[in-house]
Amino acid sequence: MFEDLRDLYQEVIFDHNRNPRNFRIIENADRKVDGFNPLCGDRLTLYLKMDGDRIADASFQGSGCAISTASVSLMTEIIKDKTEAEAEALFKTFHEMTTGKSEDIQLEAVGKLAVLAGVREYPARVKCATLAWHTLDAALKNQHEAVSTE
Amino acid sequence: MTTFPIDKIRADFPILSEKIRGKDLVYLDNAASCQKPEAVIECMNHVYRHDYANIHRGVHTLSVRSTDKYEAARDKVRAFINAASVKEIIFVRGTTEAINLVAQTYGKANIKAGDEIVITAMEHHSNIVPWQMLCEQTGAVLKVAPMNQQGELIYDAFETLLNNKTKLVAVVHMSNALGTINPVKKIIDAAHALNIPVLLDGAQAIPHMPVDVQELNCDFYVFSGHKLYGPSGIGVLYGKQALLEAMPPYQGGGDMIRTVTFEKSTYAGLPHKFEAGTPAIAEVIGLGAAIDYLNDIGMTNIAAYEAELLDYATEQAKQIDGLKLIGEAQEKGAILSFILNKIHPHDIGTMLDSLGIAIRGGHHCAMPVMEFYGVPATARASFAMYNTKQEIDVLMEGIKSLIKVFG
Ligand SMILES: Cc1ncc(COP(=O)(O)O)c(C=O)c1O
Repeated sequence: MFEDLRDLYQEVIFDHNRNPRNFRIIENADRKVDGFNPLCGDRLTLYLKMDGDRIADASFQGSGCAISTASVSLMTEIIKDKTEAEAEALFKTFHEMTTGKSEDIQLEAVGKLAVLAGVREYPARVKCATLAWHTLDAALKNQHEAVSTE
Repeated sequence: MTTFPIDKIRADFPILSEKIRGKDLVYLDNAASCQKPEAVIECMNHVYRHDYANIHRGVHTLSVRSTDKYEAARDKVRAFINAASVKEIIFVRGTTEAINLVAQTYGKANIKAGDEIVITAMEHHSNIVPWQMLCEQTGAVLKVAPMNQQGELIYDAFETLLNNKTKLVAVVHMSNALGTINPVKKIIDAAHALNIPVLLDGAQAIPHMPVDVQELNCDFYVFSGHKLYGPSGIGVLYGKQALLEAMPPYQGGGDMIRTVTFEKSTYAGLPHKFEAGTPAIAEVIGLGAAIDYLNDIGMTNIAAYEAELLDYATEQAKQIDGLKLIGEAQEKGAILSFILNKIHPHDIGTMLDSLGIAIRGGHHCAMPVMEFYGVPATARASFAMYNTKQEIDVLMEGIKSLIKVFG
């Protein structure tokens, strides 16, 4: 019945929505930033444990739609053990992939995150996918104010 | 119901035959904005092709024609809500501007530090924020009357908020997030007993029921044209003449003055005092056409038809496992707000859109209502006179299928 939506709602997304990874609090987190999407009311809190400039652990709390939950869940997996610079680079690539600005985006470069490329066709949903990453960006820049997608 | 001319009405709305993602459009986002009948589209088209010029400014034929049509529309609005005089009908951009106008003119002139303004827990942001701004400017205090789990105003608690410090009551006639219809007559009578004026936010009520401002005896009634099958960018502030006369102007400029010198200007009389600058001319005339169209069908007939739609939709929705209705007031207009277990309203919205069904997911500009129910957002199907039971069936089938997909 929802054939048209297969590019957007891939099985991986349903899986992460049902069983979000790293859905927990890091008690002694070095960075903790709130992200908020005022349009839909999605809220999340991102926790990072740093080891020098390496992300030793990442986790989140909060509630959102399937796209935003899957996005943050996938993100916490993929950024673990990355350096800050590597994570920032991923953010940039992810942003380009989801906003469709770059035609020849290397989907291999983003690994599993490629399942979120489908949002490109749904402008109303892009912010759902990017909220997690904007929040990460703020955390990496060591900003403490809540991030808003507006 | 047998006499309601639903087929004819549907045929009058060109957009209803639009295909969305290859499917028949099922438009259930009417609380956000309604679609327009041919009569309105054609009327505005005609204005621009044959009648358009600026109003109140020229002796030439087109200016006279356009002025006549503009003022004729004002009288249509007057009759539609049974106001006593066209002087009481002020054209503004919409509900939001009307409330801001009252806050910044009536409010600033009459409300001081320590005074109180009473609203309810189910207001749209546009009936909260202008009062908060006024409170910040004046030192007045905003009081919020609570509601119960069904989404009904707790009337006794409302009444206990009224006292000699209360300078204004501003209440939504019908809630956009819940569908609740407030006991406005009772509210107005109670407030008037203490000489407190009442503003009704009629943005949602006006397309769904007959409204008679004299019978209600409200002091201000505000609504938007775009939710009344008319154009966007135009709305109405009704105010009792004596109140409007006493209020300072809102914006200064052309059309709202009698004489201007560099020392002092004098203001035009009602309603022009509040209509500075060139207004939305074709939109006003288009709103008049929407009102003609609605009068032909009859607001009482529309209300009865929509009540049947709502009953049917509510009954069907209650049979879906995992669906919870948000807002189950006894007195309710044609809005079905709901949440699904573990499925976010935005996912519901995107999934239904792929079936051609337009609903809204979000906080509906009523964040405090969401907070009250402890949800970030709800999905909302809101009905209009052109919707059908078959469309409700399509909606319910869509909801059942997406619940399966999410598993
Ligand atoms: C109850 C209520 N009040 C006020 C408004 C604001 O109307 P507008 O955006 O047309 O100014 C709306 C519309 O969303 C509404 O539903």
